[in-house]
Amino acid sequence: MTEVRLQTQALSRRFGALVAVRNIDFKLAAGARHALIGPNGAGKTTFINLLTGVLPPTRGRVLLGDRDITGLAQAERVKLGIARTFQINRLFRGLSVLENVCIAIAERVGAARSMFYPAGKRTDIIDEAMQLLQTLALADAARLRVSELPYGRQRLVELAIAIALRPTVLLLDEPAAGVPSAESHIILDAVERLPEDIAVLIIEHDMDVVFRFARRVTVMVGGALFAEGTPREIESNPQVREVYLGQAPYRAAHV
Amino acid sequence: MSVAASPADDAAAAAPIENPAARALMRRHRVHGWEALPWLAGIAFYFAFPDYLSFGCDLLVTILFALSLDLALGYAGIITLGHAAFFGAGAYAVGMLATYNIWTEPITGLLLAALVAGVIGFLSGMVLLRTRGLTLLMLTLCTMALLEQAANMAAAYTGGFDGLPSLPIGPVFGVFAFNPLYADTQYLFALSVLFVCFVFMRTLVYSAFGQSLTGIRENILRMHAIGSPVRRRVLICYTISAAMAGVAGGLWAQTNAYVNLSALGLDRAATVLIVLILGGYGRLYGAFIGAVVYLALEHFLAQIYPTAWQLGLGILLVFIALFARGGILGLAEALWRRYSGKLSRRLRAERAAP
Amino acid sequence: MNAVAEIAGIVLGGLAAGTVLFIVSVGLSVTMGLMGFVNLAHGAFAMFGGYIIVLTMNRAQYGFPAALALGFFGTAALSVVLERFLYRRLYRAGELDQVLFTIGLIFIFIAGTTIVVGSEAQSLQLPPSLSGQLNLGIVHYRTYSIFLIVIGFLIALGIWLTFERTRIGGQIRATVDNRRMAESLGINVDRLFTITFAFGSGMAAIGGGLGAEFLGLDPQYPLAYLVYFLIAVSVGGLGSVIGVYYAALILGVLNFVLTLYMPKGGTIFIYALTILILLARPRGLSGGKEQ
Repeated sequence: MTEVRLQTQALSRRFGALVAVRNIDFKLAAGARHALIGPNGAGKTTFINLLTGVLPPTRGRVLLGDRDITGLAQAERVKLGIARTFQINRLFRGLSVLENVCIAIAERVGAARSMFYPAGKRTDIIDEAMQLLQTLALADAARLRVSELPYGRQRLVELAIAIALRPTVLLLDEPAAGVPSAESHIILDAVERLPEDIAVLIIEHDMDVVFRFARRVTVMVGGALFAEGTPREIESNPQVREVYLGQAPYRAAHV
Repeated sequence: MSVAASPADDAAAAAPIENPAARALMRRHRVHGWEALPWLAGIAFYFAFPDYLSFGCDLLVTILFALSLDLALGYAGIITLGHAAFFGAGAYAVGMLATYNIWTEPITGLLLAALVAGVIGFLSGMVLLRTRGLTLLMLTLCTMALLEQAANMAAAYTGGFDGLPSLPIGPVFGVFAFNPLYADTQYLFALSVLFVCFVFMRTLVYSAFGQSLTGIRENILRMHAIGSPVRRRVLICYTISAAMAGVAGGLWAQTNAYVNLSALGLDRAATVLIVLILGGYGRLYGAFIGAVVYLALEHFLAQIYPTAWQLGLGILLVFIALFARGGILGLAEALWRRYSGKLSRRLRAERAAP
Repeated sequence: MNAVAEIAGIVLGGLAAGTVLFIVSVGLSVTMGLMGFVNLAHGAFAMFGGYIIVLTMNRAQYGFPAALALGFFGTAALSVVLERFLYRRLYRAGELDQVLFTIGLIFIFIAGTTIVVGSEAQSLQLPPSLSGQLNLGIVHYRTYSIFLIVIGFLIALGIWLTFERTRIGGQIRATVDNRRMAESLGINVDRLFTITFAFGSGMAAIGGGLGAEFLGLDPQYPLAYLVYFLIAVSVGGLGSVIGVYYAALILGVLNFVLTLYMPKGGTIFIYALTILILLARPRGLSGGKEQ
């Protein structure tokens, strides 16, 4: 087993009477390609929110490497290398694609503190942003406002912002959600081309994507871990098939 | 790269970044020729309308006040109904220091006004800015009402409802005295103050800090998710905005040589909001356009047909909210885009970046 | 005896004013809770209705109940028209546009009223049955104030029962709680909003009419009391009838006391208290909808 990059110990979160995340022990290896699957309402997004510090856990710990980050705020965790995308786009819609990425880079390198130095003179930032956009085939849209892009390309910007933070752990919450299936391969290609050393955890409903991309799969049901293994193990696990994969109508509805 | 550089951009081709988007971003902070226009107009006004210089002072003060609001509202997206609190704080700081002959020098007086308003902005912002939406609206509104009532209560020092008349304001640089009957010195002083504050703010909004403020306005949750210390940024911005509003208030007190409760009422807060949105917020020059249009209309209409002015203003606001959210400048930009739509797609794409 | 009478007088006077505040504000609370729409022009509906009520009584010699009914339905009808054609366009817009739009509406109402009726204040002639003094045992107090307090209590009770016991009330509560969820359950939120908006505006009209006797009624009304309506709603909690009722009554009594004993700047304590409450409980005393 390779080095563990991010892990949780007995992580739980309740909302009133509802236990959204129940006692989860989870390990994400360095350089992992790990998928998190489970039916709607299984607590996957809540789990991501606990990892990123959007929500405090009711119980349990989150460790990045050896460091306990349970008490750290979201912004501090980002500085330590945890980045994420959202299931529903959270972009600077009125700004250009290039600015969206520049804002993220400026924040990462600490330039955003400087109040009197023109952002336009930080050519290093702009340069880096352009190169990133080029690798994602977004360079031609760099000057467009995000709101002017088709949704599929907006999802790419969502990904670009996360990558711009140079994370060591990247949490992708249904990166292709809402994208017409004809275009979703663009996003998935980009996900596949992510640098090898980033540990990637992806929430995804499309099983074809999961089995193509992931080297490890975790199944969550009812807020708890249900099963974990290689894609092949998960696919052949009869219990998983029963609660999840076997539900043909469910799968059809999300593909 | 899929975008070809146009022939006119040969000079930039040597730069490491060849994309027009990158070039636009790298040039955005540079001063354009047309940006001299407002200042030339301001100087021309001095010579062309010598009888309207006190109106001119009001105009300059309103522009400065609207600019300060633009920083908080237009850039950081802090929706406040109580910005007159800081205008009033600055005005009363200058007014009380002058009345009791503690401090009458105008330039340092404005710095003190900025300090007082900035401190109030910082302290109130520290607690208020945690909230959003209606709660924030209410809290800013109540903070302003609180200051207004405090000024009303402390009538022994503030003059209460009647205010402090005939403020003794010292000469600028010890040389240029304010003329109580003819506002020529006041006008030039106000124009200079506005210029300095504008340059300051322009620098600020084109910095990476300013860029991060627009990020907060556009999507605060995303800013958290990229590791931005959002709360601190917003507080810094709010404090600077408050200090600038304080300068505007102090300038108002100096140029009028009086202070009264109208400096911090809902009327003034609503008016500056209207001025800014009329011109177009988040655009630097919206404050200029809005103030000129609003005050000119008010000056000529409100005295003759006060009710018609109010009716017209109401209809205008409804129209802007429904159809022209970018204000006059936004409307102009939309028209410009529509006409330029006949040009190639690439050109349109180039203008899309703000 | 004298002190008791004085205290009772203050409390009753304050409660009467608070009752009017409640009747005007309750609709605002519910519509804001439902749609998150920052409607600063709510007071304009109160003024509009108040004018209908006062003018029909003074000029057309309508009885008080008939005038109130006319004010209610006239204002509700106007509000439906405005909601369908104007408000509706701004549901998804930002608060800023909503603020601007409703300030614009206030100006239009103020100017319109000035043009049509004139800028002078209107006074309400109470019917003889309500204009005397009532013997309450310890004190004699104005019949009208007692009448207001009782009516206000009945209205609060009625609306509360509607919320708790009827289908439409359940739908409103569900929608205030979680609009998306309500929509996915098949609640027609648009229609629900139109209905509550009309009803809330009608209630505001009644409040405007009932309060005209001591709050006065002139074209500046929507601006003059705007802050009070907003305080009642935000302190009480969006979408909460009981919360607004309590907040309005407390505000009424507090304001009565302060203006009596500290005419200069006494209201400062109201603002301070509002700030403290909102800082401690940003969603108001009753909790209510997360913003």
